[in-house]
Amino acid sequence: MISLGHYLVLGAILFAIGVMGIFLNRKNVITLLMAIELILLAVNLNFVAFSQHLDSLAGQVFVFFILTVAAAEAAVGLAILVLFFRNRRSIDVDDINYLKG
Amino acid sequence: MTFGTPEMLAVLPELVVMGMALGLLVLDLYLRPDQRGITFALAVATLAVAAVLAAVLVPGEARTLLNGQFLHDRLGAVLKVFLLGGTALALIYGRRPLQRLAMYRGELFILMLLASAGMMLMASAGTLLMAYLGLELMSLSLYTMIAMDRDSIPATEGAVKYFLLGSLASGILLYGLSLVFGASGSLALDEIAAHAARAGVSDPLLVLGGVFVAIGLAFKLGAVPFHMWIPDVYHGSPSPVTVVLASTSKLAAFALLMRLLVGGLGPMAEQWQVIAGALAVLSLVVGNVVAIAQTAIKRMLAYSAIAHVGFLLIGLASAPTSGYMAPVLYMLLYTLMGAAAFGIVSMLDRDEAPARTIDDFAGLSRTHPWTAFLMLILMFALAGVPPTGGFMAKLYVFQAAVEADLVWLAVFGVLMAVIGAFYYLRVVKAMYFDPPERTLGPVGDRVAQGAVSVNALAVLGLGILPGPLVELSLFAVAGI
Amino acid sequence: METLYLLIPLASLVGALGAGTTVASVREIGHRWAIPGVAVSFLLSLVVLADVLAGHTFNGAVYTWGAIGGLELEVGLLIDRLTAVMMAVVTFVSLAVHVYTIGYMHGDPGYNRFFAYIAGFTFFMLMLVMANNFLVLFFGWEGVGLVSYLLIGFWYTRESAIAASLKAFLVNRLGDIGFVLGLGAIYATLGTLAYEPVFARAGELASSTIAVLPGMPWSVASFAAIALFVGAMAKSAQIPLHVWLPDSMEGPTPISALIHAATMVTAGVFMLARLSPLYEQSLAALSLVLVVGALTALALGLVALVQHDIKRVIAYSTISQLGYMVVAMGISAYAAGIFHLMTHAFFKALLFLAAGSAIHAVADEQDMRRMGGLARHMPVTHWTFLIGALALCGIWPFAGYYSKDTIIEAAALSAIPGAGFAYWATLIGVGITAVYTFRMYFLTFHGPERMDAETRAHLHESARVITWPLVVLAVPSLLAGFFLLEPVVFGGYFGSSLFVAEGRDVLGELAHHHGGWGQYLPLALALAGVGLAYYLYMVRRDLPARLAAASGPAYSALVAKLGFDRLFEGWLAGAGRGLGRALWRGGDEHLIDGLAVNGTAGRVAAAAARLRGIQSGYVYHYAFSMLIGVFALVSWFFLA
Repeated sequence: MISLGHYLVLGAILFAIGVMGIFLNRKNVITLLMAIELILLAVNLNFVAFSQHLDSLAGQVFVFFILTVAAAEAAVGLAILVLFFRNRRSIDVDDINYLKG
Repeated sequence: MTFGTPEMLAVLPELVVMGMALGLLVLDLYLRPDQRGITFALAVATLAVAAVLAAVLVPGEARTLLNGQFLHDRLGAVLKVFLLGGTALALIYGRRPLQRLAMYRGELFILMLLASAGMMLMASAGTLLMAYLGLELMSLSLYTMIAMDRDSIPATEGAVKYFLLGSLASGILLYGLSLVFGASGSLALDEIAAHAARAGVSDPLLVLGGVFVAIGLAFKLGAVPFHMWIPDVYHGSPSPVTVVLASTSKLAAFALLMRLLVGGLGPMAEQWQVIAGALAVLSLVVGNVVAIAQTAIKRMLAYSAIAHVGFLLIGLASAPTSGYMAPVLYMLLYTLMGAAAFGIVSMLDRDEAPARTIDDFAGLSRTHPWTAFLMLILMFALAGVPPTGGFMAKLYVFQAAVEADLVWLAVFGVLMAVIGAFYYLRVVKAMYFDPPERTLGPVGDRVAQGAVSVNALAVLGLGILPGPLVELSLFAVAGI
Repeated sequence: METLYLLIPLASLVGALGAGTTVASVREIGHRWAIPGVAVSFLLSLVVLADVLAGHTFNGAVYTWGAIGGLELEVGLLIDRLTAVMMAVVTFVSLAVHVYTIGYMHGDPGYNRFFAYIAGFTFFMLMLVMANNFLVLFFGWEGVGLVSYLLIGFWYTRESAIAASLKAFLVNRLGDIGFVLGLGAIYATLGTLAYEPVFARAGELASSTIAVLPGMPWSVASFAAIALFVGAMAKSAQIPLHVWLPDSMEGPTPISALIHAATMVTAGVFMLARLSPLYEQSLAALSLVLVVGALTALALGLVALVQHDIKRVIAYSTISQLGYMVVAMGISAYAAGIFHLMTHAFFKALLFLAAGSAIHAVADEQDMRRMGGLARHMPVTHWTFLIGALALCGIWPFAGYYSKDTIIEAAALSAIPGAGFAYWATLIGVGITAVYTFRMYFLTFHGPERMDAETRAHLHESARVITWPLVVLAVPSLLAGFFLLEPVVFGGYFGSSLFVAEGRDVLGELAHHHGGWGQYLPLALALAGVGLAYYLYMVRRDLPARLAAASGPAYSALVAKLGFDRLFEGWLAGAGRGLGRALWRGGDEHLIDGLAVNGTAGRVAAAAARLRGIQSGYVYHYAFSMLIGVFALVSWFFLA
């Protein structure tokens, strides 16, 4: 039997992978976007699991909104990335360091 | 599910802003580029009308509307008036600078309205869902506005950084929200509060969720160590957008904090009080110390913003004992000071380009005495020198800390304020004692000049006669 | 009515701020703001005076500024008969000076700035007199001081003006030490700074003691009264803190009239009257006030005899007359002191303004040895100056006669220790006053014309905007005493706003005390003084120089201003500088600068540079910083 605890642990692991992805990855920004999606996925998993456990639909409704916002977020993120690439001819994480100090 | 007239009346300001955002989206398509002034004026008018509506519709007592999604209370009304007014000021200040940046376009005004709508939802959120949607609506609009300065490397880099780190923070906040939901079984803030009062610290899920939520909010406010985005984003953003980032988006984050931590997790105040105290100390040190090493004016003001969050957090750490008046007062005044200070910076023009460094202010008092005088007021206010409003704000915060038996925090805050005075006075020195080197002058139309004068003089006036703002803050927190 | 009260100082403030916005303008437009503002203040003051005479008084807070601990910081006003008189006098003289300034400062590059200052001064002075607690009093006190320093140094390119401004500032700081100590003693004992409770509980002040020096308990009432009097000594130029006032003549003449004769310098006297319930608790303080006032009245009158600068003669005369007022305070004849303050405000402002008119006519020359014979060329200035001079000397029926004689006669009746000395000092002072006043009058307006030929060719009466204020001020100088003495001093006008302890009511005694030859002594002395001045400076002009040579050391002592400047500059300033240098070298440079300030600054700068390095610009470092925060907070909650 898969209990609530299992879902939560899976969610936590996904969240941790997503967070690690953001600061361990030194290659390119697209990977960062994917890591952010992974974090949101972990959150969604949590909500659905809680929703099932609590027998409340509110959590699942929340998930729908998160999915929608995540889509908008990805669109905005990619658009910003395109602009950045146009200016710097690169989307390497190591090249994003004009502003510092 | 029924929507009665009183319910629709309460959300009228939100409806006006969102409706006009959509209306302008269509209208702007039919306008020639030289008619952009119409969209601009309509956007400013919308914000002003909504602010007036929010003030008129202030309720006698708090009510939850729209199935608990929307909280209609005094705090929300006061914050909304400042949010809308501040954003309107930012637009007015930004007219000429936006034209120079080729950002004087319909899309920007629509995004401004959408961001304002997001801020209003944050201020009135009754559930976790509404809080999240408001936050994302504001954040996504802000990311886009920064990136609208398309050919600028700093602006696009600032947008990338803000987007990546902001998304990470949203993720952390959401993760916390999911845990809070799981622990309490509800998305409604009042039910969460009821559960927190029952379970308290014995519920590890709730405590963990609370910590994550607090971290997400700390990021939006820019408290150390979640502050790293602030200098880069403030510095890189086109100045008119920085005005919004520094003033109203901060206030919106504070509004969200009041909703989530005070409204929802209020019974756990003892826990987040400790977080607020720790982050206050870190923010004061990093903000004040690193600001000294800055040469770029916007970057310096960005670190100053971090330091101000430290003072705000002192007020929040003492608030459960001594009341929420001090932090609300501090934040309202900071919104005014931040809007005016960044507004003047965004309007200054050196050799046909925006003024960037503190040295660019050299001799401003001789070429433009009035603008220099306004900037002098603002620097004194930010430093907390009497008789400006900044002094009053700090005084109330320190007094609250003393009342809450956090004397060490108050003493530490005073020490840091003394260090902080140094970098503000550098600007004053440059303006009043250094010879003018380049042609430097304010751009911006008469309306913007007048508005920024009123804004800065209000900061001074509220120090001499703090009564109205104190009353307003007390009025806002009366229901908490 | 409350709004009306508040409007009076605010009208002047608006005038000052409005004039302040025109400072950068090259056009002379400052008066367009300042004069309407002060005029409104004046008219409303008259309304309030009428209202107060009808029996309405007010005492309360109009605005609470904040509360720190148990101390309420309130903007509170006290409107009673004393206040109403002061308001009317201050705004009347101020308005006359404002109008005069249009003509006097015409052509000065600082025209607009000047109006901003004097309208601002009016605001602070009104706050000072209208206060209902010590904090507002202190606010006005420091405010008028600030404007005074600014105006003394108005022509800031002159080195002497800067030095005079600095001197006024430093001497007044000495006084402020006393003032603040007095406030502290009162607050520490009673826990409040509002007049009403302090006055009501003044008896408690007298019965509680404070050990200023270990083992020497002292009544708090005496300590506070004397400490506050030290503040009044600096502001009202009493020996030995009078040294700044003659130097303050470096400022433009209109402010010499307004600030350094009619209003600000009388603030100390006003404070003594206002605090009469406190002073009545301490015989020691009253006695000290009395002796200091008498010394000042006599000694500085003597110094005025040997001055050549016309403004300095009037300045020393002002100090001497302030001495009379302080004597009146010391013998508990408060009403007489305030009455002399009032008449003095009129005739001394008149003398200064008329002197300014004369100075303008002789190409800004202030030395009386280069004047003379101006009466022919400037009839209005001459006649108004003469009225002022007669009033100052105390010749019947001019205003000064009534106010000054009342003080002298009251001193004769007083039983407070030192009153005998005060009586003789003030009596002799009358004769001296008459001599120096008419010496000045004859040297300036009569005798041979001693200015150079070019100046003489251009001698003419000043413009109407200058002469009209003179005429307006001449009227009360002539009539105020005759009509107002009975009702104000003896008629109990001040009622409960002044407090006199049982058995000290010399004025009440004086009202029933008629006859006696002593009553005519002051007038006789004054007439003799005028006659002596006429003989010395009109008939036997060679005599003064011979007298000076014959009197030797006495004369040089007077020329050296009795050595007070030497005392301050040589001894006190020298000792102060020595102490300062020692502290600076040892304490400041090594300890505070070296270790605390520069050391801290250096350390902070180093820390700033290092912390700045953390802001590397890389997103993953930023995310890492956030994660450290997350881990730290989470583990704090779950491990602790």
